[in-house]
Amino acid sequence: MTSILEMRGITKSFPGVNALENVNLKVEAGEIHALVGENGAGKSTLMKVLSGVYPSGDYEGEILFEGEERHFHSISDSEKCGIVIIHQELALVPLLSIAENIFLGNERASNGVIDWSETYRRTEELLKRVSLKESPRTRVTHLGLGKQQLVEIAKALSKEVKLLILDEPTSSLNETDSQALLKLLVELRSKGISSILISHKLNEISQVADRITVLRDGHTVSTLDCHTQQISEADIVRDMVGRSLKDRFPHGDPKIGEVMFEVRNWTAHHPIHSERKVVDDVSFNVRAGEVVGIAGLMGAGRTELAMSLFGKSYGDRISGEVLLNGQPVDTSSVPRAIANRICYATEDRKTYGLVLDQPIRDNVPLANLNGIANGLVVDNQKEREVAERYRKLMAIKSSGIGQKTVNLSGGNQQKVVLSKWLYAEPEVLILDEPTRGIDVGAKYEIYSIINELAAQGKAIVLISSEMPELLGTCDRIYVMNAGRFVGELPIAEASQEKIMSMILKTGKAA
Amino acid sequence: MTDATQSSARPAGNSAFVGYLRTHMREYGILFALIAIMAFFQVATGGILLRPVNVTNLVLQNSYIIIMAVGMLLVIVAGHIDLSVGSVMGFIGALSAVLMVQFGLPFPVAAIVCLLVGAAIGAIQGYWIAYWKIPSFIVTLAGMLVFKGLMMVLLKGQSIGPFPNEFRLIASGFIPDIAAIEGLHLLSLLLGIAAAVVLVYLSLRSRAKEAKHGTPDEPYAFFAGRNVLIAGAVVALVYLLATSRGLPNVLIIMAVLIAGYSFVAKQTTIGRRIYAVGGNQKAAKLSGINSERLTFLVFANMGMLAALAGLVFAARLNMATPKAGETFELDVIAAVFIGGASMAGGVGTIVGAVIGAFIMGVMNNGMSLMGIGIDWQQMIKGLVLLAAVIFDVYNKNKAA
Repeated sequence: MTSILEMRGITKSFPGVNALENVNLKVEAGEIHALVGENGAGKSTLMKVLSGVYPSGDYEGEILFEGEERHFHSISDSEKCGIVIIHQELALVPLLSIAENIFLGNERASNGVIDWSETYRRTEELLKRVSLKESPRTRVTHLGLGKQQLVEIAKALSKEVKLLILDEPTSSLNETDSQALLKLLVELRSKGISSILISHKLNEISQVADRITVLRDGHTVSTLDCHTQQISEADIVRDMVGRSLKDRFPHGDPKIGEVMFEVRNWTAHHPIHSERKVVDDVSFNVRAGEVVGIAGLMGAGRTELAMSLFGKSYGDRISGEVLLNGQPVDTSSVPRAIANRICYATEDRKTYGLVLDQPIRDNVPLANLNGIANGLVVDNQKEREVAERYRKLMAIKSSGIGQKTVNLSGGNQQKVVLSKWLYAEPEVLILDEPTRGIDVGAKYEIYSIINELAAQGKAIVLISSEMPELLGTCDRIYVMNAGRFVGELPIAEASQEKIMSMILKTGKAA
Repeated sequence: MTDATQSSARPAGNSAFVGYLRTHMREYGILFALIAIMAFFQVATGGILLRPVNVTNLVLQNSYIIIMAVGMLLVIVAGHIDLSVGSVMGFIGALSAVLMVQFGLPFPVAAIVCLLVGAAIGAIQGYWIAYWKIPSFIVTLAGMLVFKGLMMVLLKGQSIGPFPNEFRLIASGFIPDIAAIEGLHLLSLLLGIAAAVVLVYLSLRSRAKEAKHGTPDEPYAFFAGRNVLIAGAVVALVYLLATSRGLPNVLIIMAVLIAGYSFVAKQTTIGRRIYAVGGNQKAAKLSGINSERLTFLVFANMGMLAALAGLVFAARLNMATPKAGETFELDVIAAVFIGGASMAGGVGTIVGAVIGAFIMGVMNNGMSLMGIGIDWQQMIKGLVLLAAVIFDVYNKNKAA
């Protein structure tokens, strides 16, 4: 076999972090090559290097495609060679037809005038190849996600694809659609089209993959050949998570009390596709002084759970019960949730957390403006005192409370978001990926704050995709997958392997 | 010790000075622009611009634009736009004429009815925008057409007038005097000086509070310069007016509105929330802010202020005409953007919008005095608007 793609010694760094370090990936012609790794292991970065999103020169190492060294400067460069990437979030224009989407940017036209009959004829051929029985004139918005995925592949085929990259193609598909997609990949393989499959679903991978490359923390850990050796899911999981937990977490001294916050039978539907349950009959509780983690992969429904709990900020047809200290409470709007001392710090601080154009001073009291006002009138002095107090308490590195939050580093922005919620005096605080994208030092400080809050007897829910973080900070961990809670582990029994295998076991049903 | 602190403070103070100037370029820039434009026209018109009679005129001519700019600033800060204000203003003028001239309603009753109708119009538009999430551009574009049509219905294509005398006084009257001094309106002058003193006192007090808490952002030279300039401008303006016929009634209305709305925008929780919603609606909502209700209120308020402007305009012309308010919305919106508000929302000040309105007003007035044709006036005003916004974007890019 000859290799169609060889990536050698790829190193890519962002300010402060090495996202990829000396990564090697070799894909043989006509194989399905699976790429696995935890969130943040560097899979997407590697694919962005390959497809030219990060242009040649932005990284170290070399890319050989069909035996020749290539320097891609943009996605169109790599597409010209026959490398097509299909992202997790599909890049289709919903209100255009299938045919228009397939030939978007690559129109069948002469002198700028579109040849519609040729467009529709070619589209029909392509749809036949991916076994999609739809009219080329159907608008994409009328198709389910599975069919949209097939349209994406048809679009790739229209570009004479040689290497197809699929980023978590089945994460939002049901079983039937997933199987159809995998079958299509196998079929394309028989026609000589190679693919790289990025997936968390190990059962699917062992079903179709020829070889598997495991990435961890930006390094290539191993490449396993499914034909020469027997590979168990446990082997893959071990390679994915096997790293040591050093002193990255401050030591807490938990004093856990009575059950304080309880959620019963919580269900929420997707706001647009309202037949889809994003959160499915979830029940859990948190005790006073306890830090409870929710583990899961991206798209498991953790953020959706938190936001639907917090004033129905997400989702449709929400049902279930929320209890605080044994009493049912109303969290049906954000002001009511805050009034009941239930707060939620978002995972996306720039979009949902901060008014970036405003200084620290204005952001800190935002969720509790009445606290700095006499009646309707803002007390400037009190506002300054509050902002200054939290700036010191949280050690927010800034030129002063007048500094705009847009100019703060990620970790300091996160501290402003936390300050905002602490000033709202929560009893229950839901933290969604509080350390995403911030450096190790700032992470440590955030963990210390979490411990401090727990010591004050507050109930903390910590949503995180970083398992070491959950294992290092939580007293108990719930595991969520595909909208459901699939397991609960006291911290003494929890391990990355256990959590991963809980997720992967239930992945089959997803 | 003083030596040591001074020598170490000097470079730091200097860089703070430059840094402050850089970050507050826009706020000072607009003020300097107004001064420069006034100086230019003062020379170009051979001193006519700042003659007492012309200054009085300037205030009267621009009063309705400024009244609406105050409301529009809040609309734009909240991240919206209101294209209907010109038509609403014309419609309310017509309504007031029908009520007072044709039905003979007393002026206070008619005025209150008109303000309520204006607020209701704003509320209806705000309802669609806030609760149905229909873009404000569309809703108010529709409103612009609807109320223009309704005005024509009310007026049946005719002008209606004249108004009762006491109504005319709100736009063309002057405050009474307390003592008769030849050529000088004493009460006006005293009021003006009192206003200047209050302004200086308030800013001294807030600076003292800031100083107690840490070092103020604004270097002392700027603080002093700004206050001297503002107080001086207020006294000079009032003196000019006092040597003519005194303070126009409408100037008092404007001053109260500007002060009141500045206070609301800066010092109240409602104002804070409007800025937060405009700055990042998603974050504001997740912080427990009811952005829908705020949007609704902002539009209702805009409607009421447009009604007030309509009353002032009708009183000034002493009749309601079918042409009233035409394209005024564009002047108002331009004033707010020249004054430093951002199209994206979340940024802008009441005072900036008022200064923006004065820049437009002084240019209109000055160019008319110079005998420049309306064709050139339009082009020049358009270019000034574009230049102001380019200046904004340039500053923002440089800061980032």
